Amino acid sequence: MGRRFSGIIPRPAHPRTMATAVPTTPALDDLRADFPALDQEVRPGVRLTYLDNAATTLKPWPVIRAVQAFDAEYPANVHRGIHTLSERATEAYESAREKVARFIGAAEVEEVVWTRGTTEAINLIAQSWGRTFLKEGDEIVLSDLEHHANLIPWQMLAKERGVVLRFAEISDDGRLEPEAVERVLSDRTRVVAVTAMSNVLGTVVPLEPIVAMAHDRGAIVVVDGAQGVPHRAIDVGRLPVDFLAFSGHKMCGPTGIGVLYGRRELLEAMPPAWGGGSMVLRVSREGAEWNELPYKFEPGTPPIAQAIGLGAAVDYLSRLDSEAVASHERSLMEYAHRRLAEVGGVRILGPEPEYKGGILGMDVEGVHPHDLAQLLDRHGVAVRAGQHCAMPLHHRLGLPATARASAYLYNTTDDFDRLAEAIADARRLLHDRRPRRPA
Amino acid sequence: MDDAFYREELLDHFDSSPHRGRLEAADLGADLDNPLCGDQIHFEVALDAEDPGRIAAARFDGHGCVISQAAASILAEQVEGRPIAEARALTADHMIQWLGIPLTPARRKCGLLALRTLHRAIDQGTPGAPAGSGSPA
Repeated sequence: MGRRFSGIIPRPAHPRTMATAVPTTPALDDLRADFPALDQEVRPGVRLTYLDNAATTLKPWPVIRAVQAFDAEYPANVHRGIHTLSERATEAYESAREKVARFIGAAEVEEVVWTRGTTEAINLIAQSWGRTFLKEGDEIVLSDLEHHANLIPWQMLAKERGVVLRFAEISDDGRLEPEAVERVLSDRTRVVAVTAMSNVLGTVVPLEPIVAMAHDRGAIVVVDGAQGVPHRAIDVGRLPVDFLAFSGHKMCGPTGIGVLYGRRELLEAMPPAWGGGSMVLRVSREGAEWNELPYKFEPGTPPIAQAIGLGAAVDYLSRLDSEAVASHERSLMEYAHRRLAEVGGVRILGPEPEYKGGILGMDVEGVHPHDLAQLLDRHGVAVRAGQHCAMPLHHRLGLPATARASAYLYNTTDDFDRLAEAIADARRLLHDRRPRRPA
Repeated sequence: MDDAFYREELLDHFDSSPHRGRLEAADLGADLDNPLCGDQIHFEVALDAEDPGRIAAARFDGHGCVISQAAASILAEQVEGRPIAEARALTADHMIQWLGIPLTPARRKCGLLALRTLHRAIDQGTPGAPAGSGSPA
């Protein structure tokens, strides 16, 4: 089945007319013009409605141009050549690191380690810090909300080192109460690793009390910021987490670039997880002396264009009024909850809008999530269906799979109107013709 | 094109299949699921009393999307009366041809789950999970 894309069409100069039921700032409407992928038909006559932002966000022109400029104008390796292009590449690459450090409130730029993404960052913590400092009987506290990226690396470590995993349980509406974390903390707790925002339910986790109670026990706190950081949920200058992992592509940046933020003392004490070029200062046949932070953890040629692209994404996000963006996303979620309540058979999973970010987990009666995603695609509505790399959470919810619509700063109430209409259509097709199945 | 996914015939297989349920006594059976989508299939067959190399009846049970369940229904219909060896030799191409719709890579796993379950049942050579956990035939 060939799916036809109309390709990237530069947005016309005239402003898009959008009927919105809740007020959005004009700046946010205009901002859609910055995202060329928004302006397309997924097949003739069917416009794209992009609601799969928790999987990956679209890229604005400044990011696309920054990546293209590197490849077209100064595609040189970094930290190596003493020639003009290499110096230009190194400067752009390292200034991206500074931008990211400022964006998350890191005290020092050396605390920002590039990785391929959130998953690699958490694996780095488990493989380096975990294998060095954890021993048999030590405990790691996770929650029921965790994405596999913040579960499997710890399971692998637990198996290898005899470390015990304990799970803070969520409430029936998908919230993680600090008390639930408190209940599984013990004198053996060495790590509390939690997400800042559930990728399935959108639950925003109350990190402040969790960080305080973990530190009281002498445990370090690892935050999976894949969903939280794109919504500017964490400032490590204000909230003293020990490690923070996140991905560039969920915050307008390219794929293949992510960040491990770690407190300097912790990073200093950790051995490299991987060996190779540029992570060493002096090398003999017998051994090597590690390079300084953050290069100790970055062997080989890094994803240079992607890092520069992430720097451009951070510039883009930093220019926006973060309060206005947050309030836009909040009102979108409130609108979505109201609007979908009008469609029969839709159960919204997870907490009320005040306890969550821009993620809408759904169970539609009589329509399997895969069928729903496929039927929504007929209307050009892009959502995710499945278990979203969170199988334990789905067991807890008692659902084999769910559908997820997720919003970012460029979404509008129109997008949720189209989602609601498309769901109603899917229900008419699959649910309303039943029940003919024998009881 | 896309509408073919949800054409009447497939929807009938999905929600009104005469092959959904359990046999009184199954000779071969197995369970499989698609861990990433949550589709689950139990597939079982009874062999012909007079010709034990031949499948007399087939039933399936489980839950999941239209494609996974309709494929199980079509497969049950198709294997009744066939020799076991022939059923074991069925391929993905047969299944996709019977479904009569193009499958994207993501939906292939749904469409082929029942066939994989049947193959497992034959390879294991046991009745699999006992009847009673699913809805009656």
